Amino acid sequence: MTSSGLFSLVPLIVLLPVLGLLINLIFGGRMSEKAIGVVASAASGLAFIVAAMLGYSLWAGSGEAVVVRFADWIHIGDLNVAWNFRVDTLSVLMMLVVSGVGTLIHIYAIGYMHEDVRFKNDIGRYRRFFVFLNLFIAMMMILVSGDSYLMLFVGWEGVGLCSFLLIGFWYEMDTLGQPSWANSDAAKKAMIANRIGDFGFLLAAFTMFWWFKDLSFGGVFSQAVHIASIAPGVILFITIFLLIGVAGKSAQLPLYVWLPDAMAGPTPVSALIHAATMVTAGVYLVARSAPLYTLVPQAQTTVALVGGITALFAATIAVGQYDIKKVLAYSTISQLGFMVAAVGMGAFVAGMFHLVTHAFFKALLFLSAGSVILGMERGHHHLAHQKGHGEHPGEIQEVFDPGDMRNMGGLRKQMPVTFWVYLIGALTLAGIVPLAGFWSKDEILADAFQKFPAVFWMLLVAAFFTAFYMGRQVWMVFFGQPRHEAAARAEESKPVITVPLMILAVLAVLGGTLNLPGLHGLTNWLGHTIAGVEASQFNFFVAGLSTLLALVAIGLSWVLYGRQPLAAGQKDPLKKLLGPVFTVFERRYWVDEFYWAVFINRYVDIARFLADVIDGRFWHDFIHEKVIAGTYNWISRVVLDLRVDRQFIDAIANGLGELTKRISASLRRLQNGFVRSYALAVLAGVVIILGYLILK
Amino acid sequence: MVDTIPLSWYLAISAALFTMGALGVLIRRNPLIIFMSIELMLNSANLAFVAFARSFNVLTGQIFVFFVMTVAAAEVAVGLALIVIIFRNKHSIDVDLMNSLKG
Repeated sequence: MTSSGLFSLVPLIVLLPVLGLLINLIFGGRMSEKAIGVVASAASGLAFIVAAMLGYSLWAGSGEAVVVRFADWIHIGDLNVAWNFRVDTLSVLMMLVVSGVGTLIHIYAIGYMHEDVRFKNDIGRYRRFFVFLNLFIAMMMILVSGDSYLMLFVGWEGVGLCSFLLIGFWYEMDTLGQPSWANSDAAKKAMIANRIGDFGFLLAAFTMFWWFKDLSFGGVFSQAVHIASIAPGVILFITIFLLIGVAGKSAQLPLYVWLPDAMAGPTPVSALIHAATMVTAGVYLVARSAPLYTLVPQAQTTVALVGGITALFAATIAVGQYDIKKVLAYSTISQLGFMVAAVGMGAFVAGMFHLVTHAFFKALLFLSAGSVILGMERGHHHLAHQKGHGEHPGEIQEVFDPGDMRNMGGLRKQMPVTFWVYLIGALTLAGIVPLAGFWSKDEILADAFQKFPAVFWMLLVAAFFTAFYMGRQVWMVFFGQPRHEAAARAEESKPVITVPLMILAVLAVLGGTLNLPGLHGLTNWLGHTIAGVEASQFNFFVAGLSTLLALVAIGLSWVLYGRQPLAAGQKDPLKKLLGPVFTVFERRYWVDEFYWAVFINRYVDIARFLADVIDGRFWHDFIHEKVIAGTYNWISRVVLDLRVDRQFIDAIANGLGELTKRISASLRRLQNGFVRSYALAVLAGVVIILGYLILK
Repeated sequence: MVDTIPLSWYLAISAALFTMGALGVLIRRNPLIIFMSIELMLNSANLAFVAFARSFNVLTGQIFVFFVMTVAAAEVAVGLALIVIIFRNKHSIDVDLMNSLKG
């Protein structure tokens, strides 16, 4: 098959997950759990193979972008939007990450969802989960492969929908399985925060259409220089409003608040959507819009600052969290800040490189955290059985949080595989040589050092915090003594869960080879798509400094959490050291409370006012009740009922009756019962008739 | 001779008889007398029939008279039976008392 023939396969990356989704949707009711999971994983896996074939054709060919026409979509006047697929080195890289990591997470989810304590053998839920996962893969593929901002937006909204559906997957309970609307609230929060970002994206797209009369990447980028020369503000406006979209989707300040709450979703979802793929869509968007951003340095500065501040801000919050997934969530926000800062500075390759390695090690960390949680749940299950003495096992309704690190400890012995892969993930995230995270983070830091010193220092401090909170987490979870009986009875997970973890661990170790200094594989690869990328120089000062800081941070975490492990019920030792500062981290700077006080409560007030006064009193009580219903009542009662019906129509009917009665009353008098008068009438009649006949 | 008496004389008597019968039916309250008056009217008609039959030399009128007599006989038979029943109920045969069908 020729390489151009291979490119025509590109619609399959969307169609295969859709096919998997449809099979599960239509036939899933008659299929076993395993079959459902296998179909969904196969759909994702086949999409990966197609993406790999596309990548091969690009590698074997010239590497130039190929646009594959798939279908006409909108055709109104001058506006002509087709559903085109864009196959270039950037989109194929994203496709590979999405379907590759996605497939591993699908396989993991087969085991995870079965064991989830909230699952309770509800095969319908199981099927729904995999349908949503496949829908997500399809939507993510539309996002990364679309050839216009409009197609990108379709995928952008599609993944937002999947995110909403999957965060609220256990919509009728909270994360502990207790009846509550907490999870659905978290889903709504994600939806609303993303709507704010999407509003920015839409404004940017409208402006783009107004000035460029085109939304396809090729059309926009080719005119960008010209437009920038005649109207410099336009590109700035577009890029800044795209940044709002990025802040929503990639959880940057000030819209990041939805991502920590998104941990309400099942752990595979946290790994797939809220760590590895969907949240990196913003980074992809900036990298894709590189020709626009490079035209406006102010926008680049803004993006870089937002990324840098977010990276530092979220990293400090992560230090004060106790939930194993919350730590990872803030870590994700922080790492997304690194990527956004990188693409903002124009270090597009570094940003994309970190995106890929982060997808590997953060998916690994989340999935391992899921394995830890499952292990804790198994331990708790045994505990409940034992305490129940077999009479009524499972009757113990103690509310137990399997994700709280204060309940863990010493899991290294119970869950060795999970421990090792988690350790690899944590060291990768901390940026230890020679794991993948070191190379990608270091490239960002080196670029920042050259281009943007302020952001460099922010990122460096964030990297220090990163190493510290990962060290804290590993010491708390895997070392020391179990702080809860459930932790003492925790069990290792099955191979369906651990094998994907091991594969991801290998990727996390080897991921750095994508763009090793001196080889610049990824730089050369992306150079075909993003103009003007240059291989960054490996900076020994930066690398040495960041490694040193990471080691110091890990050492510090050992001093605080490793040397003298946390005992059950003991306060966090950092709290003694930092006091109120730690409380600020622990309470997440009260950002949620601030948003509640400043925006949400005001919004609720306005909503109340609209509901009670405008809708209730004015619209319902006055307009509807008084004006409309009152007028209608008056018309029906007074005009139609009394005047028309009773006084007119009834009068006619009654008058006719009365008339008949009167006539009959007078006629009655003729019927007087006297035979002789009848005879007289007969005689008179005969006389009259005969008289008439004779005399006529 | 009979032939010399003109037709109009017969008809005048017939009319006079009919008028007397009709008046009797209208005025009298005794049903027996009403019956007699009815007979008078029937017979006035009979007289007119035979007078015309003789005058025009056709038998149809003569034959019709026999029918009228038969009907009159039957009518009296039914009527007298009715009067007997009425008397049993009302202990009187005044026709003006029989006004139950008054409207």
